[in-house]
Amino acid sequence: MTTLTRGPEAAVLPAPERPARRRRRVWVTITLFVLPALVLFLLLVVAPIVIAIYASAFKWNGFGGLPTNFVGLDNFTRLFGSEVFRQDLWHLAVLLILSVTVQLPFSLAIAMLLNQRIRGRALYRLIFFAPYVLSEVITGVLFSLILSPDSGLANQMLGLVGLESTWLADPDTVMASLFVVMTWKYFGFHMMIYLAGRQNIPNELIEAAQIDGGGSWKVFRHVTLPLLGPTIRISVFLSVIYTIQLFDLVWILTEGGPSHASETMAVTMMEYGFGRNQVGYASAISVVMFALSLVFALFYQRFVMRRDLEGATTSMGDHR
Amino acid sequence: LRRTLPLHAVAWVVGAFILIPVVYALLGGFKSTPQLSANPFGLPSPWEPGNYTDALGSGTFWRQLWNSAFIAVTGTVIVVLLSAMAAYVFARFAFRGRELLFTIFTMGLMFPFAVAILPIFVLLRTFGLLDNPLGVILTQAAFGLPLTIIILRGFFRSIPGEVEEAATIDGCGPFGFFWRILLPMARPALATVSVLAVVGSWNNFMLPLVVFSDEASWTLPLGIQQFQGQYASDTARILAYLVLAMVPALGFYVVAERHLIGGLTAGATKG
Repeated sequence: MTTLTRGPEAAVLPAPERPARRRRRVWVTITLFVLPALVLFLLLVVAPIVIAIYASAFKWNGFGGLPTNFVGLDNFTRLFGSEVFRQDLWHLAVLLILSVTVQLPFSLAIAMLLNQRIRGRALYRLIFFAPYVLSEVITGVLFSLILSPDSGLANQMLGLVGLESTWLADPDTVMASLFVVMTWKYFGFHMMIYLAGRQNIPNELIEAAQIDGGGSWKVFRHVTLPLLGPTIRISVFLSVIYTIQLFDLVWILTEGGPSHASETMAVTMMEYGFGRNQVGYASAISVVMFALSLVFALFYQRFVMRRDLEGATTSMGDHR
Repeated sequence: LRRTLPLHAVAWVVGAFILIPVVYALLGGFKSTPQLSANPFGLPSPWEPGNYTDALGSGTFWRQLWNSAFIAVTGTVIVVLLSAMAAYVFARFAFRGRELLFTIFTMGLMFPFAVAILPIFVLLRTFGLLDNPLGVILTQAAFGLPLTIIILRGFFRSIPGEVEEAATIDGCGPFGFFWRILLPMARPALATVSVLAVVGSWNNFMLPLVVFSDEASWTLPLGIQQFQGQYASDTARILAYLVLAMVPALGFYVVAERHLIGGLTAGATKG
């Protein structure tokens, strides 16, 4: 519906007017239309990120104008020496690996299933996507009750077959439990993206491959999957950027516990920034999050998404 | 049918995975907490609507619902209006620096919100916008600009130049064209970006968490979190509150499903 088509590049303006005056009027229009958005964006998106980078070089409690106690890279030295922060990075790696090897393939499989002509697929789709519109807080509170070790639904059900667990309360199971909740909430989103991508593939291509005698797995592996490449790469991209800044669900489910076993960078940042008023140190954490996202985004665009033709990357790179 | 039976079986299992927690909450809300732990799976017996009626009668729920709705609607109007204005210029004017400016906005997609939260807190405190809905509204709008501008620009570009020529001949200036012709024509795209903005605002947690300390301004997500803390051992009561909080979101989803999914997939394939 909103795909890019080549529209006219310039407005057609009233003809009989002196060029200089006309040009000035065009500039006035441009300024009036762009300025409000630009001011808001510079003030509340760009400036905070610049301030975060600046503040990461200071010891600062967040009060009294800009920070003054310059400490160079001390915050970063302390950060990378911290056991909690190294755990944050490890948890990020764990969640990314699980997402890419379990959650996304699962979403893809379900998308392929719902692409078949089966009865009630509109209803299935509606249900599978529904958790995405429930807030992280609703999801988190709901699952913290369900996974509660004593009377939660999970243990009541699994207790019937003798598989009780302490879920979120146990350092060994907390990450797996968190990942299950994330999958509950987000697989429908990725499924939707895959479905949209699949619908952009002309059915003739798939049918031709089937006529040429491919079994359904072979057709999927050698025709559908490669054609879904751009879609898959985007869903991986979104998943990574989301996971780098994961906060809400973890905060509600565990607050990063037990004993930091499920802590993420954003949780650590919030604890130091708001809990202990170490805003400089917390800013260093946010700078690391920013750098990870930026490096990943640039690298990914340069080396992974580059292969995709126009459309997929229009928003972030070239616009010529 | 025999061919699709295994597919249905898989879909049923996945559907159960999705629905069981929600149905558990819905039915659990009609039980007392002792009844819930004695009888977790079955229908309530007797049905005890007290948890729902208490929450609905308390005023707190309605105040949080109103706060959430007010912030979502105001913020959406702001972000959609400002984005439409900017997208209009990016789509239909040629000028030096246009692509650079547009790229600056689109770079915003790569800025994780969490990175900015501490300075935003400091800035809002400086402007006196803590405990003020505007603090949340403006910040959300600012972070919503990139995606909204990208989607609207794509749509505005697809409107043929002849339309604009005709309007100009009829004496329409750029403002008139934007307001009276472009925006009405773009209604489907505006609906899509509005739905995205409403859902994003409705579910936002991190920003209201740091901006609002006064309970009177709390939105639903903050209220739910607090409710859980307050009634920690009364599981059934929390479940009822959760279900009540789900109703507006799910209702909105059923009504706006097409726009939401259209917007997300458009955003994803372009963002």
